[in-house]
Amino acid sequence: MSLNIVVLAKQVPDTRNVGKDAMKEDGTINRAALPAIFNPEDLNALEQALRLKDAHPGSKVTILTMGLPRAAEVIREAMYRGADTGIVLTDRALGGADTLATSYSLAQAIKKMGKIDMMLCGRQAIDGDTAQVGPQVAEKLGLPQVTYAEEIMNIADGKATVRRRIESGVEVVEAPLPLVVTVNGSAPDCRPRNAKRVMQFKYAVSPSEKEKLSDELKALVDKRPGLNLQEWSAAFVEADPEQIGMPGSPTKVKAIENVVFTAKESLCLDNDDEQIENLVKTLLANHTIG
Amino acid sequence: MDNQYKIENQNNVIVYCEYEDGKVADVSLELLTKGRKLADKLGVKLEAIVIGDKLEGIENQLYPYGTDVVYKVEDNRLYPYTSNPHAAVLIKLFKMIQPQICLMGATCIGRDLGPRVSSALHSGLTADCTALEIGDHKDPKTGKEYTNLLYQIRPAFGGNIVATIVNPDCRPQMATVREGVMKKEILDPAYKGEVMPLDADFMIDPSEYVVKIIDRHIAKSKINIKGAPIIVAGGYGVGSKEGFDMLFELANVLGAEVGATRAAVDAGFAEHARQIGQTGVTVRPKLYIACGISGQIQHIAGMKESAIIISINSDPEAPINSIADYVITGNYEEIVPKLIKYYKKNSK
Repeated sequence: MSLNIVVLAKQVPDTRNVGKDAMKEDGTINRAALPAIFNPEDLNALEQALRLKDAHPGSKVTILTMGLPRAAEVIREAMYRGADTGIVLTDRALGGADTLATSYSLAQAIKKMGKIDMMLCGRQAIDGDTAQVGPQVAEKLGLPQVTYAEEIMNIADGKATVRRRIESGVEVVEAPLPLVVTVNGSAPDCRPRNAKRVMQFKYAVSPSEKEKLSDELKALVDKRPGLNLQEWSAAFVEADPEQIGMPGSPTKVKAIENVVFTAKESLCLDNDDEQIENLVKTLLANHTIG
Repeated sequence: MDNQYKIENQNNVIVYCEYEDGKVADVSLELLTKGRKLADKLGVKLEAIVIGDKLEGIENQLYPYGTDVVYKVEDNRLYPYTSNPHAAVLIKLFKMIQPQICLMGATCIGRDLGPRVSSALHSGLTADCTALEIGDHKDPKTGKEYTNLLYQIRPAFGGNIVATIVNPDCRPQMATVREGVMKKEILDPAYKGEVMPLDADFMIDPSEYVVKIIDRHIAKSKINIKGAPIIVAGGYGVGSKEGFDMLFELANVLGAEVGATRAAVDAGFAEHARQIGQTGVTVRPKLYIACGISGQIQHIAGMKESAIIISINSDPEAPINSIADYVITGNYEEIVPKLIKYYKKNSK
């Protein structure tokens, strides 16, 4: 049984290694100081999709990403690792969306793709850590969901068997296709790039990227349909303008504050035996320890 | 049934309560405590909903926190939790009773359930709030004024900023909160509310029982970071799993638990259950010993309320030092053994 699989991938600023220069003086984010990366758990989801493709020859893995036109970068990255093709959902009207408006937009794009068997995505994205988009897309598509997945163990008779990693243990569940699965960071890492595929797909471009290529490269892309990534607009996926972007977002940001912690007067000690022993004695005397 | 609830119980604050082995989860009790305060401020009732099996008497665990109404939906297919049937109950109930605020734990269950419900109701959901307040709001564009909205305050962007989110027009205003962030406090041990049983077959279409649990291994974690009075925590600067062994040694001697930063957990130095910070556990021990922790905001947010903080770091400029009571500048590998040595020498 070959499967039609969609993987949601998000291009995110790398918030895990935020340096001192990540915030500007005025408290806004210095995006230039944060490299854009493939959301880590979406890579775990991609690996699960590629394993399904390995196990079910003839399956197709399509990457769907919503963001700026440059998000086509994550599609190429996924293709280097084994994905077949990808779609960038990009439109000014989609900007400023909260998770609900984002989910609606993505669900509209998936409906446009026709019949799918499975949609996979990371549990959450590191720029928001909300874990909302997967389940919300599932609800919008009227599909069941399995979140916190660690492994899609098997697909047979139109049903998937999935192992989940939850706080206090492990659960194995069975759910019918089509199905939405969100994949946990504890799942196996994504396979690395394949050198042949890098050569094959380095000129896989979206229409707006193709514009910027030399005539020679344009001709090359035209000759090879597999190098043409798609760019979809809000209108193309028949999104209701009232339900996308800022107008479609029930949550509004009222205020943003830079985090400042009140500094304490610290007592500074050196790596000195007497000073350390005195500290231990103080803590013992006031019953903090012992 | 529909009408009765519409008249009696509208516009209240409701908490979705989780339980395991017949015991209501701490995070749910923490949210009831917070929910009571919000309900008082708004002059409305505090309600709870419990969905599962064998729920006899569970309301008695909820009343002491000031719960006025406990909705119960019982069916043996509702425990353990699966997404669709629990979501179906909340979607239908919320259409009936129109709560203005719904709170859930930011747990594997709350984070699975909340988005599904918010999507169906088109209501805003804010994840992992660290504070909840009631306040007014004026839309900067339309100038429209709103009173008594729920301020959902949460860190964003890896914890570098704190955002206040409001849902002006959509109800319920939904928020999830992690365990340990709010305080659990009994309002009155003798407080009494009422139970409203809801028929499972009325609330849930049979087609919703779509995901089957075929195997489940739940083990109570032996790691109890949240309740530990003393925590010895390590960061990426500890350098290795072996480095953490030394922290365990100190923890052992002091009767402490070992905690870790996200970076240390991501690097595989410590288990996820030990992670302290916005995406882990929030702790308030009486002593926090930070070893090789630089002090990213997302970590500090989860431990800054510790009574006494000791920072051991080779970098005297480490950001965590600014909130520490004691700063020991040096390599933890040399300092931790000294702490052990002088504790043993002086404690008897």
